[in-house]
Parts: sequence; structure tokens; C-alpha cells
Amino acid sequence: MSDHHDKLYSTKLQDKTERSTLLLFVLTAIAVAIGGIVEIVPLFYLPNTAMCQNDPTCNNTQHKDLQGNVIPMDKIIWNPDTSAHKTLADWQPGDGVRPYTALETAGRAVFIREGCFLCHSQMIRPFRDEKDRYGHYSIAEESMYDHTYQWGSKRTGPDLARVGGKYSDEWHRRHLRYPRDVVSESVMPNYFWLEQKPVNVERTVQTLKVMTMMPFNPVPKNIYTDEYIAGAVDELEGKSDLDALITYLQGLGNHVKFEEGVNYRD
Amino acid sequence: MEAKQATAVKYDMEVVRWFTIAAAIYAVVGTLIGVYVASELAWPFLNFDIAEITFGRLRPLHTNAVIFAFGGSVLFGTGYYIVQRTGATRLWSNGLAWATFWGWNLIIVSAVITLPLGLSQGKEYAELPWWVDIAIAVVWLMYGFNYIMTIGIRKTSHIYVSNWFTMGMIIMITYLHVVNSLAIPVDWATSYSIFSGVQDAMVQWWWGHNAVGFYLTAGFLGIMYYFVPKQAQRPVFSYRLSVLHFWALTFGYVWLGAHHLQYTALPDWTGSLGAAISLAMIIPSWGGAMNGMMTLSGAWDKLRTDYVLRFLVVSLAFYAMSTFEGPVMSIKTVNALSHYTDWTVGHVHSGALGWMAMVSFGAMYHMIKKLWGVEKMYSESLVNVHFWLATIGTVVYVVAMWVSGIMQGLMWRDYDEYGTLTYTFVESVSAMHPYYAMRAIGGAIFNLGAWICLYNVVMTVRTASAARSANAVPSNA
Repeated sequence: MSDHHDKLYSTKLQDKTERSTLLLFVLTAIAVAIGGIVEIVPLFYLPNTAMCQNDPTCNNTQHKDLQGNVIPMDKIIWNPDTSAHKTLADWQPGDGVRPYTALETAGRAVFIREGCFLCHSQMIRPFRDEKDRYGHYSIAEESMYDHTYQWGSKRTGPDLARVGGKYSDEWHRRHLRYPRDVVSESVMPNYFWLEQKPVNVERTVQTLKVMTMMPFNPVPKNIYTDEYIAGAVDELEGKSDLDALITYLQGLGNHVKFEEGVNYRD
Repeated sequence: MEAKQATAVKYDMEVVRWFTIAAAIYAVVGTLIGVYVASELAWPFLNFDIAEITFGRLRPLHTNAVIFAFGGSVLFGTGYYIVQRTGATRLWSNGLAWATFWGWNLIIVSAVITLPLGLSQGKEYAELPWWVDIAIAVVWLMYGFNYIMTIGIRKTSHIYVSNWFTMGMIIMITYLHVVNSLAIPVDWATSYSIFSGVQDAMVQWWWGHNAVGFYLTAGFLGIMYYFVPKQAQRPVFSYRLSVLHFWALTFGYVWLGAHHLQYTALPDWTGSLGAAISLAMIIPSWGGAMNGMMTLSGAWDKLRTDYVLRFLVVSLAFYAMSTFEGPVMSIKTVNALSHYTDWTVGHVHSGALGWMAMVSFGAMYHMIKKLWGVEKMYSESLVNVHFWLATIGTVVYVVAMWVSGIMQGLMWRDYDEYGTLTYTFVESVSAMHPYYAMRAIGGAIFNLGAWICLYNVVMTVRTASAARSANAVPSNA
């Protein structure tokens, strides 16, 4: 190519571009930016993306409750100001999506540390078989406080988005310690050693503080109050990583009460 | 290709030599860890109740080792090689290139330490702790700056097509790494992404798929566009096709990430848009694959004797195959079945083993002969053995994952005559066992090839060094 400098093989623009380092750099930098901007930026303001908890009118979700009525926004995202239950300790399943408690936060850190998301998804799709197996499909608000989302990409094990309450604490304890004692075909590693590890109290308390500082979907200060963060130490003291992980799992997917018995796409 | 020079250019090739040796070593290490984690899924006792080697902690080490250690060393090494030779110039800064060598290897060492300890940000292919992310950004920018400045001081009039692709990779990976790694540290070990839920998922797969699209595709297409014509001793089949290939891929690939999130809580249009562009991407991808393949026009007979060319041509076949498979899997009805299954894992490996690793091995064998000034590898027949082990290993792996993936998908959605789910989840797990064993065997075959490659590289270098010191002839790499 370079032996024939005067000959034009394509368009003038292309020819000019590939002779100029700067022009090639600029045009490439623009070309690669567009797709990401178009797909990512709207997710920060469109409805149904869990980005407007302070504006109940902006969300047009049509998710239905047990009676088949559309769930109001304040029952999808828990708001202690309007809810009958004002604190994390009082919160009840069905009050709407809430941030994690201190012990759940510690458990979630274990979940991430051990790479659980590599084999367990937390995202139920709107198909009949997934509803029968795991429950109502996941909605955007349910992971709005998940800084570092944990939807996963692979189901070597089952989905965990609604595993909360499905099994007893004792089942989880036995299963996590020696999975094959409970499910003989399982390929999950043994996690009995989590029982010997105390939760990292300092790191967990600091994590709660960090969650209130997030630029997008921070935990509101009226939920993680100064008193709550100060009292978190008591909640965490004496607990093992295994306790924390079980508490985290038992809190997954029961925040919003959805209708049951409806079939989706086959 | 290279401009005809009145006087020979003295290139900075020592750093390329080191990256090439590093790549040969990391190919062995990365795939060996892969074989081990694959075996853990087939025979879970291999976790040995040792936290540091459980599947959940070793799997990120495998992906980081093959992508960043092996892939990175290949990209840096071939990049410095190509940009000098196509520009008929030395590197803008040889010192900066060395800084990237040591910096990158320091990052790899920190990955080897932190990932088994469980330091993870919880994002696939971006698990490394926040301070390693900063180090990656610094080293990457040093590489990018040096590369682009070297293009800037080239002696040739046109910028060769390989450098377009590499430049695209440099820019896009900078965007992706910086945005996806934005996090608030809790302490030295832990940090959390500033994004959550839907937004984090989209940012993550914008990163995740474009790490494939730019790092593992555009970067390696740069390699392909240099080494295929060089090894075949033919010019690139079509210049216009390479122009189309470059701009369509550069503009289009970026959109594909959303196809990882179909039927999730993301707005529906995002996944559909990702899928639509994915389908359109067959055109530039196959155009590029044809461009590489047709470069052999009139030289097909070389495949009988040239084992390096075999690597390059088979890599293009796998590139064509996986860039067809990918769009098919992004079709919503197919994705409904394939998502969350081993089919995805198989698809990744047909790209990573069949395309990326094969084109790397081809380029490495070509470069090593030039870099150490030898006519042949220590053993040309071992190159052939490596070729067949790599090909057979990849095929065994991919076939195992096709069968297990499609079987999983079908078992999960199967209903019996009473309208209840036919299979429990764990029945699908036990049905996977033979295929997980088969996958581990396929990986082991591939890994054996990588050992043979390393042996051959070491022996070639040793022989060349011995001959050089005996004859005291300066190298003219």
C-alpha cells in the first residue's frame, strides 16, 4: 500500500484518515462511544429502571399484587415516611424493597467474596418454567440497592432471587456446610469453614456508610440513620460469616408481594 | 505492509521478546487453571475444602489469567512488533514499553495473590480490587500513548490496517475500564460499584461484551491483518473489505452488550437493540474472516507444509464460526433457551480457544523465528502436534458445552403431561456430569498443546542463543 502514496484506493475521507494519526484517533474515539451512550444513558432517567424513588409519579410499573391490583409505588420501594413500618427492624415483607440490614450486608460481602454469583443467578425471567421453579419474575426495583448487581450469567446452581424463606435456616446451615449431605448430586464446594470465620464488623459498618454516599441509588439517610449505623455493631458482634450469609439469603426476593398463579410466556 | 527502506531500521525488539516468552508461559498457566476449575465442576472433591482454591475464587483467576496475562502479553508483544514494522520506525519510547512490561506483570502477580484470597468486586472479568484497577488504567494508558505516538512518528505515509484495529482497542478499553470500574472503596480490600441494579448490569455487559469485542477481537484482528499476509507472503485480499470491516466493527460492536440482558429487568428495547445490531454484525465479521482467508488465494498449498499458517487459517474458521453463533444466540427465542446455560461458556471458548489463542500461537511462532533470527522452530513437527492438540481440544470442549448447554435449557423448561415441571434443578446438574468431564478432557488436551508450545519456544530460544554466542553474529530481528 505504502509504495503507492499518490493512488487513492477508497474515499478521500478514508484516505485522509489513514494518513493522519490524529484524525484516525478522533474518528475512532467518536465511533466507539455512540453505542454505549445510546444504550446506557437512557437507563438513568427512563421509567422502570428504579432511578426515581423520590418521584412516585415517574414510575409506570404495572406489577400486580395478590389480589390482582396494581401495586402502588410505595409498596414497591419501601419509604419509611409513608409506610406503617418506620425502621429497618419494623419492616415487614410486602412493605417494598428495602436496603440490606447490617448482617445481610455482611452476608452479601461473603456472597461476593466466594464468587457465588458465578454459579447462581439472581434474575428470574418472565417465563412459565422460571415462575414455577423460582417465582415471580424479578423487577428493576428489587436490585436497586445492589451496588454491584448480582444478577449473574450462569446457572450451574439454581437461581436465588427469591430463595428467601424457601428453606429453613437449619437447611441452609447444613447445605452450606456440606452440600452433598443434603443434595447428593450437588457440585457446590463445602463451606463449613465459614462457620469459623467471624464477620468483619469494621468493614461492614464502613460498607453501610459507603452505601449512603453512592451517587446513584444511595441508601436514604432516613433508613441508614446514624443510630442504625451506630447500633450495627451489636447486630454483628458474635456472628459468623455463615450466619451472615444465611441471613442474606433468607432476605432475598420477599420485599414485594406479587400475585401468584399467573402464567407467562412458555 | 512494510515500506522499503534504503537502510535497515533498528527496532526495539527486546521488550517484544520478553512479552512473547511471557505469553507462552501464561498460555500454560491460564489454561491449566481452567482445566482445574472445569474438573472441580465434574468432581467437586477437588475443591479440597481449601477456601483459596474453591471454584468461586479460582474461576476469576482462570479468566483473568487467560484474558489479561496470556491475551495481554500477546497484545502488548505483537502490538509493539507490528507498530514498529509497519511504520518502519522504532518505538516512540522503549523505556515506556518496558514500564508496561513490568507494570503488567506486577498486575498479574497481584491478581494471583488477591483473587484466591477472595478480594473481588463481584463483576465478571472485572473482579480485581480497586487499587489494581487504577494500576491497570495507568499501564494501559502508558501502552496506548506509546503506541499512538509510535504511529505518529511512522516513516510510512498510510497507517497500516492492523494499527487501526489496535487503536480502536486502546480507546475503547480505556472507556470501558474506567467507567465500569467506578467504585467507592470501603477499605483497601473492598469497594462497591457506584452503579446498582439495572444501570450496573448494563454498564457491566457493555464492559463484558466489549472486552470480548475490542480486547479479544479488535486487538487480535490487528494481529490477524499483519501475520496472515506475512506468513502467507501475500497481500491482504481486499483493502476495501478491511476498511468496511474496521469501521463497521468499531461502530457496531459497542452495541452488543445488551444482548446479555434479554428478558431481565432491563427495559425490553435495550436487549432487542443489542440483538438487532448483533445480527447485523455477521456482515463485517464474516467480511473480515473472508478477507483473512482469501489472503491465501493462490497459496493454499502452503497449508500442507506451513504449520504456522494452519494455526492462522483455523483461527479464522473459528472466528467465522463464533461470530455466526453469537448473533444466533442473541436472537431472543434462542437466548431464552441458551442464557444461563453452558452454551454461553462453549461459545466463549470457541472464540477464546479457537480464534484468539490459535491466532496468538500462529503469531508467536512467526515472531519467534524473526525475533531470534532462526529459520525454523526447534521442532517444526512439534508445532504440528501443538496445532492438532489445540484444534482437537477446542472441538471437544465446544461440543461438550453445546450438548450440555442445550440439554440444560431443554430440561429446565420441560413440562410433563400433568403440566408440572418434569425435572428438578438438581437432575439437570447430575445430567451435566459426563459433559463436564468431557469439557475438562478437552481443556486438558488444549493445555497439553500449550506445554508443547512452551517447550518448543524455550528450546528454540536456547538453541538460537547458543548459536549466536558461538558465531558471535549480531541478531537482526
